[in-house]
Amino acid sequence: MSSMVELRGVHKSFGSLHVLRGVDLDVRQGQVLVIVGPSGSGKSTLLRTINHLEKVDRGSVRVDGDLLGYRQVGDRLHELPEREVLRQRTKIGFVFQAFNLFPHLTVRQNLMEAPLSAQRRPRTEVEPLAERLLARVGLADKADAYPRTLSGGQQQRVAIARALALEPKLLLFDEPTSALDPELVGEVLDVIKDLARGGTTMIVITHEIGFAREVADSVAFMDAGLIVELGPPAQLLDNPTHERTRAFLSKVL
Amino acid sequence: MTLPEVQSPVHQDAERPLEVVTARHPLRWLAAACVLVVLAMVASALVTNPAWEWDVVGQYLFAPSVVRSVLLTLELTVLGIGLGFALGTVLALMRLSANRLLSSVAWGYVWLFRSVPLILQLLFWYNLALLYPRLSVGVPFGPAFFDFGTMDLIGPLTAAVLGLALHQAAYAAEIVRGGLLSVDHGQREAAAALGLPPARRLFRIILPQAMRTIVPNAGNEIIGLVKGTSVVYIMALPELFYQVQVIYNRNGRVMALLLVAAIWYLILTTILSIVQHYVERFYGRGRA
Ligand SMILES: Nc1ncnc2c1ncn2[C@@H]1O[C@H](COP(=O)(O)OP(=O)(O)O)[C@@H](O)[C@H]1O
Ligand SMILES: [Mg+2]
Repeated sequence: MSSMVELRGVHKSFGSLHVLRGVDLDVRQGQVLVIVGPSGSGKSTLLRTINHLEKVDRGSVRVDGDLLGYRQVGDRLHELPEREVLRQRTKIGFVFQAFNLFPHLTVRQNLMEAPLSAQRRPRTEVEPLAERLLARVGLADKADAYPRTLSGGQQQRVAIARALALEPKLLLFDEPTSALDPELVGEVLDVIKDLARGGTTMIVITHEIGFAREVADSVAFMDAGLIVELGPPAQLLDNPTHERTRAFLSKVL
Repeated sequence: MTLPEVQSPVHQDAERPLEVVTARHPLRWLAAACVLVVLAMVASALVTNPAWEWDVVGQYLFAPSVVRSVLLTLELTVLGIGLGFALGTVLALMRLSANRLLSSVAWGYVWLFRSVPLILQLLFWYNLALLYPRLSVGVPFGPAFFDFGTMDLIGPLTAAVLGLALHQAAYAAEIVRGGLLSVDHGQREAAAALGLPPARRLFRIILPQAMRTIVPNAGNEIIGLVKGTSVVYIMALPELFYQVQVIYNRNGRVMALLLVAAIWYLILTTILSIVQHYVERFYGRGRA
């Protein structure tokens, strides 16, 4: 099986704050990786380097064979022009904790924006795609609504559909249910589970341990800028080898 | 033990819902009456005093020379605002640029053009020929490709438009910058994560949301400039204020003609306020 995501020795600092301290990571095609870990451990930063929203200081990030943000010539990395970076990003869908839907555009326009202007696909093709995706997340009747008129759970489902509209090879979720009222968490997790069963490669940061147990192929525990431990959910969640993992899990379980 | 039944003070008829009687506000009524009296006094002062010469007002309101001057006032406003906001948007983007030179130059521009009174700037452009009798385009300190006489290039109208637009750009830059900063950072991230090209991110995602903050402030600026154009009278351009002065210097009907100008400014700003209302509603879509 081929690697969809491959991180090697990734370092990232904000000023004097060393947030990522040499992360190695492999996610194979069709796999679901869940990342857990305490707040401030660098989970979001790691996820953001995987679609080049954050540039790495050292190390390399490859997605579907593309070296993200750079072109390798000999043993030197040349920064890619922005146009190329944007093209690489269209292979990757990102779902934010705060949804970040475009409030001045309707649900349909939110979905169609990237396929039309980033991928330059014809409208005749994108319109039915948007309809199909909205049906898939159970919001076929909300195409002409503005995001503000929807519940948090519905907004996040629209955001997932918007990410899917690029027909990406990889989906990244940064705490997709953390901004939701408890009773709305289930409907969003159901959509993500459905995608996981459909064979989409994804990395999900979440505190929902039950979700991790059910859909993850592997779970990574992150602390202080490093992946401390990684393994199948049954092993990492029930039989962690590291003391720090055990301490963290005892707090969230 | 049974509790003694509480006797309701009012007999409630289950069939009939209770009626609501709104409270009376005698002081509010009194205040309204006072204001009405004052308004009546003002109206009578305007109508009964023959010095206002309403017949003269009526005679000049739509006089061709006045209408032409209104059109010039409009032209100056449109050009001043249009060019001012175009340049102001460029300055705002420069100011927010990561490049230190670009952001410093934009800062310096705003500092300079906000600090010097408009009337001085206008006279400066008007008299540019004194400073640079000829203008040329070419390599700095090197040879020139084009060469113009300043007097031919910058007549009074060009000087006025230039002065108003450059002055306006300094204010527009700050308004646009404030608008851009008011847009949630998550919007930029989402647009970038979707791979939208930079121009598309700006014009489709960020600016339309910034407009919610920009439009009310821009509305103030536009209405300010409609009246502000009256300072170009010092360059003898026949805009509204200059034109009524020309007429009353000839016929001595000062108050009537000032009233003509006031009525026109009132009409123009009223139309603009109505337009602003609809523009605000457009950019507020999807909210509330
Ligand atoms: N853009 C940034 N500038 C400065 N510091 C940042 C930035 N983004 C994240 N950080 C810091 O990096 C650390 C890790 O943050 P983050 O990756 O968001 O952690 P997590 O998602 O695990 O809670 C935190 O201390 C955070 O304050
Ligand atoms: Mg986070």
